[in-house]
Formats: sequence, C-alpha cells, structure tokens
Amino acid sequence: MREAAMSEARAEVLHRIRRALADVPDDERPQDVPVARDYSRSAPPGADPAQAAKLLAERLADYGAAVRLVPEDAVARAVADALAARGAARVVVPGGFPREWQAGLTTEGTGTPVRILSDDPRVPVSELDRTDGTVTTAATAIAETGTLVLDGGPGQGRRALTLVPDYHLCLVRAGQVVFGVPEALARLDPARPLTFVSGPSATSDIELERVEGVHGPRTLEVIVIV
Amino acid sequence: MSGATFLGMPSFPGAAKDALADTQLRRNLAHATATIRGKRTDAVGELDDWQELREAGRAIKERTLRHLDRYLLQLEERVTAAGGRVHWARDAEEASRIVVDLVRSTGERELVKVKSMATQEIGLNEALAEAGIAAYETDLAELIVQLGEDLPSHLLVPAIHRNRAEIREIFLRAMGEHGAAAPDGLGDAPAELAEAARRHLREKFLRAKVAVSGANFLVADTGTAVVVESEGNGRMCLTLPETLISVAGIEKVVPTWQDLEVFLQLLPRSSTGERMNPYTSTWTGTGTGTGTGTGTGTETGSGAGADGGEGPRAFHLVLLDGGRSDTLADPVGRQALNCIRCSACLNVCPVYERVGGHAYGSVYPGPIGAILSPQLRGGATESDRSLPYASTLCGACYEVCPVKINIPDVLVHLRARMVDGGRRRPVPKPERLAMAAASWVLAEPSRLAAAQRAGALAGRLLPGRRGRGASRLPGPLSAWTDARDAPVPAEESFRAWWRRTRR
Ligand code: SF4
Repeated sequence: MREAAMSEARAEVLHRIRRALADVPDDERPQDVPVARDYSRSAPPGADPAQAAKLLAERLADYGAAVRLVPEDAVARAVADALAARGAARVVVPGGFPREWQAGLTTEGTGTPVRILSDDPRVPVSELDRTDGTVTTAATAIAETGTLVLDGGPGQGRRALTLVPDYHLCLVRAGQVVFGVPEALARLDPARPLTFVSGPSATSDIELERVEGVHGPRTLEVIVIV
Repeated sequence: MSGATFLGMPSFPGAAKDALADTQLRRNLAHATATIRGKRTDAVGELDDWQELREAGRAIKERTLRHLDRYLLQLEERVTAAGGRVHWARDAEEASRIVVDLVRSTGERELVKVKSMATQEIGLNEALAEAGIAAYETDLAELIVQLGEDLPSHLLVPAIHRNRAEIREIFLRAMGEHGAAAPDGLGDAPAELAEAARRHLREKFLRAKVAVSGANFLVADTGTAVVVESEGNGRMCLTLPETLISVAGIEKVVPTWQDLEVFLQLLPRSSTGERMNPYTSTWTGTGTGTGTGTGTGTETGSGAGADGGEGPRAFHLVLLDGGRSDTLADPVGRQALNCIRCSACLNVCPVYERVGGHAYGSVYPGPIGAILSPQLRGGATESDRSLPYASTLCGACYEVCPVKINIPDVLVHLRARMVDGGRRRPVPKPERLAMAAASWVLAEPSRLAAAQRAGALAGRLLPGRRGRGASRLPGPLSAWTDARDAPVPAEESFRAWWRRTRR
C-alpha cells in the first residue's frame, strides 16, 4: 500500500517535471547549458604555504578562536599549555591522534595534570558531555575563510567528539592549509562525513547581538604547526 | 506549542498596515536589516571574483533545473547506494504523512528538529502534533518562536521581532512546560538567554532518537546532503539520533560535488555576511558506502547511532514537489527555484524593512516570497495574488541575489500572469489589484517620503524613468502606472483619496 503510493508519487513528480520542461529541447544535454568557472580556483599567484597558514590564523582569530603558530618540536608543549590554561582535567583524544603530541600531557610541571580518555572503545555520549574538552587533528584547512575541515580520519574522531564537549583544541599542519574553498573541496572525499568548522558556534538570534557558543564547543583553540 | 499559522492570514496590504503600526517590530527590523546589509557588503567586497561566482551559481542552477528529472534520479540512486532511502512527495500533505509514518515506525513520540524552510512550508510540526509526536525546534530563534507560540518573521533571524526582555519572559514561562525549565534569576543578556537554551536543549539532544532536518544542498553525483548552520544544533541533530529524516524541495539538488565550491562561497557571505558560517556538515547516506568510518581501524562500536558514531543508522530523504514542478513550468518564473535562501534580498528591500516578514502571509517573506509563494501555491488565494505587488521594483534584490534571480522581472511577469491567467481562479478586479499596489507603496506617509529620498526608488515612483530590466507594467497596472506618472500627490490627500476610494 505504502510502496504503491510511493512509486506513484515518484512517477507523478517526475512526469510533472518533464511536462514542465517542455521548452527544453529533447536533445539538450546538461553540458549544453554553459557554466563558466572563471572564478578563482587556486591560490593567488606567488602565495606560499607560510602565508596561507598566517592567513588561516588571522581569519580564525576573527571568529574568536585562539590561534597559535607553533614549530613541530614545540607541539606537545603547546598542547599541554593550552589544556593547562583552559583548566581542562579530562579530555577525550580520538584514535590515531599522534602519540608524540600527547607527550606533553604527562610532563612534570605543566600545571594541572590532564587525564586522557581514549575514544577507543567509544566513550558514551553522556560521558562525553561530562568531559572538559577534546583534542583532534584536521583533514584540511581553508585560509581564506578561516575554516578547519574534519573528515573522521585518524586523529580526528567521530563527529560527536568535537561537538558535545565544550572545548575543542584542533591541530593542523601548515602543509594541510589550502587557500580557498575550491581547493579544499577537491581534496576532500564526499563519501566521508565532513564537518567544516569556522570558529566557535555562534548565534545572533537575540537582537543581533553575537553570542559565542550555543550547542557546539563554546571555545575553539587552534594550533597551526609551522 | 504550534498554535500559530500562516493560513487564513489577511492579504498583504491589510497585514502590512498592521505591521507598519508595530513600532517595536519596525525598529528591530530596521536595525537587523541595516546591520546584516553592512556585513554582507564587506564580506562580498572582499572577493574579486564575486560576479563570476554569482554567474556560475546562476548557471549551475539553470543547468540543474533544465535537467531536473535526470539529477533527481541520479541523486536517488547515489543516496540509496550509500544506505539511505529516498521518498517522493507530491505535496505538503503527502510529505508530512511520510514523515509522520517514518517517525511512527520508530516507535518514538518526540524528535528534535533543525530549522528548515521546507518543513515549515509543509506545516510539519502541526502534522506531527496531530499524530501525538512532539517536535522540538532546536535553532535558538525557532525555539523562541515555538515557545512563544509565534510565527517567524525573517528567513535568517526568525525571532527578530522579539527583544531580549520578551525572550526572557517567554523562556521563563514556557521552558518548564516542555523540558528543563529556565534557571531562576534568568537575566536578559543574550549570552544568558543562549545559555538557558543550551541547557534546555542539551537534555533533548542527548535523549533524541529521531531528528528532522532540511538540506541546503543535495549533490546528485555523490548523493551527499549538506546542512549549513551557525549554532551547532544542526550538528547535534545530524550526529546523535539513530534516525534522520531530511525534507528538501526538489530544487535543492546540485549536479556535482565540485559545484559546492560555488555555493559554499555564495551562501555564507550573502546570508550572514560571514566569510564562512561556523558549521557546515555533509553526509552521504548512512555512511555505509565506501570510504567512511572512524578511520582508526580499531573501531569497536556498531557503526553509528545511539553511541554517537558518525551519524544516524537510518537516513530518509523526502523530496518535496509542493508546487515546484508548476513553478518550473513557467520559463520566466522558474528562476525563483534558483533561490538558496540566503535572505539577502529581504535585507535590502525597502518594503520588507517597513512591514516585516509576517505581512507576507507565507513562510517565505520579502522579495523572494513575493515571487515564490504565489507560484508554489498556484496563486490560489487573494493574499497570494497580491504578493507580486509587494515591491517598488527598485531592483536592489536582484543586485544582491547570489544566484542572480531577476526578481523585478519575475514580479512584473507574475502580475500579468496572476491577472490574465488566473490559473482557474476567479480573477480579482483590476482596480483592486492596482489599489493593492498603491497601498503598498503609499499606505504610509513616511514610507513615501523615504521612497522619494532614495534615488533608486524615486526612479520607480517618479515619471519618465523606467528601471533596469523590468518590462512595461502590464494591463491592470496601467491604473497604477497612470497614478504613478501623475504628479505625486501630497501625502495626506493621497491617503484621504485612498480611504475614500478603497471600496
Ligand atoms: S532570492 Fe536570491 S537573495 Fe533572495 S533569498 Fe533567494 S538567493 Fe537569497
């Protein structure tokens, strides 16, 4: 019964569409409708990766995210410092997050001792809600728009991990930063669940006054590894 | 909870008059539109290739619409291959029924919802309520509207007609009835109010088994759905529940993944005036196709759902016609289906700024509502047929539209069509339509004065100048055109004349 109604609806909608498009010649193919892609699809000439990383940092800062540019050998220390400054005592770390970057968390003298919850096996959501934050890597980042993209790959975790806790510390390598949206999409795999993050969650729903943080992490910090 | 409705609302001129009298609404709206307008101008001005992006956006939409059947079939095939299910709905009622049945089959009595124009359009919350299913809106503004048993007034900031004191009142009064109550001593600072919403909704997110969303884009060649948002409530709805039901108009499809590179630039800059909105989520079916997973290779969970994996175990996509195929049949009016719901045209519209969203009697307010609603609903009511007159044809909406919908052209075209064609409806008397138009522009002295000050508007109101692109005002509008081409009467005398000649 339901199935019959459904296939009937499908057939009718398609029929209506075809009827509505009577003005489209039968032999017209989609590619016969020209789409000029003469907008910018790559970095401006002469832009180098270091500039892209700096631009990313600036644009993320515009959204209210705290951003640090850190050399590779100081990453573990920067992670530990960030968590200590935040006062985060229990943080979730996804599977595949580089061990060497967690090293700072057990180093003496970095302030608050941080307890690491591994997300392997998965931490239940109700438990996630009680953690102080999460530390992840990213799949790519877009300098021009100040955007981090996570695809659930190693070190990035499932979606809930960077959503339920109130604090997200995200690490991205300068080499992962592209200039604009077109380059980023070309690198990403649409079959994966993608999350584009541009600053902390925000609303301007009340008298247009910007409030940072409604449901997602209210604090976003970023370490760009240069 | 969903007592308010757009059905049976007065037609535009009447509603507009009421709205004009509401000074709080007008103040809020003027502030909102001016602020967003400024941000948009800056964000757009940053891109050297904005016009090329706009043209690409328009062209992609044109390509899509001219081959819509093909793209929908491709989308269906890809979504299905990735573990999702696609449902087709001829009209609002059918779409609502599909959703209600899907929710029922899960055995759940409540669900969380992320703001979606399509679900508003089909009156889904009402249908769910009738079926005994509670639908909780999770967008802050929608929550305010829902708890206040109110109607949204703007596409992007639906609660812009409420000030902070009113919102505090609503939260204190209504939150407790529907879940976690607002904290005692709740103040009216926006941050405090947002915090109250966070707490009220968090409990619902963690508990929810079913979510309903819309989709900003559906990608035909990959089967990917895209939700663009700010607050993170969308992410919650797409991530935590076991079942996700997305309702989207058939025009939301775009041909390729690559096409998103255009729209993900056009939409945030046009909409909130940001380089990028805080969160965009994409998903392809239930992620049981290729290339998904946590990527650690040590996955132990069941894959998705209740344990907060990569997303729901079950994904249903409801494709809604609801008058879109009729809209498609009009080669001029068709371009209204390009719309990506950015709301830029609302924010530049002098008429919208004066009267607000409620006056349009439709879920789609402003210039886009004036061309979309009458087409989607086939011009069935007088209220709808009056909508194409909700404009001064100043052309500002066309200039900002990121997909280059020539709204003034379509308005003029629809004015003619609604009058001449009438679509098997009784045709209203031409004089009445002309009066509706006059009422729009001249119903209020300050509006006329403002209009005369603004150069672009003056071009439309004063004799001897015709605006860009818009063709000659047809048939019954000659009454209006004649009045317009006459010397502009003194405000009071026009008002007096208007009152006298109204019936
Ligand atoms: S008509 Fe154009 S400007 Fe208006 S909401 Fe739609 S896309 Fe935006």
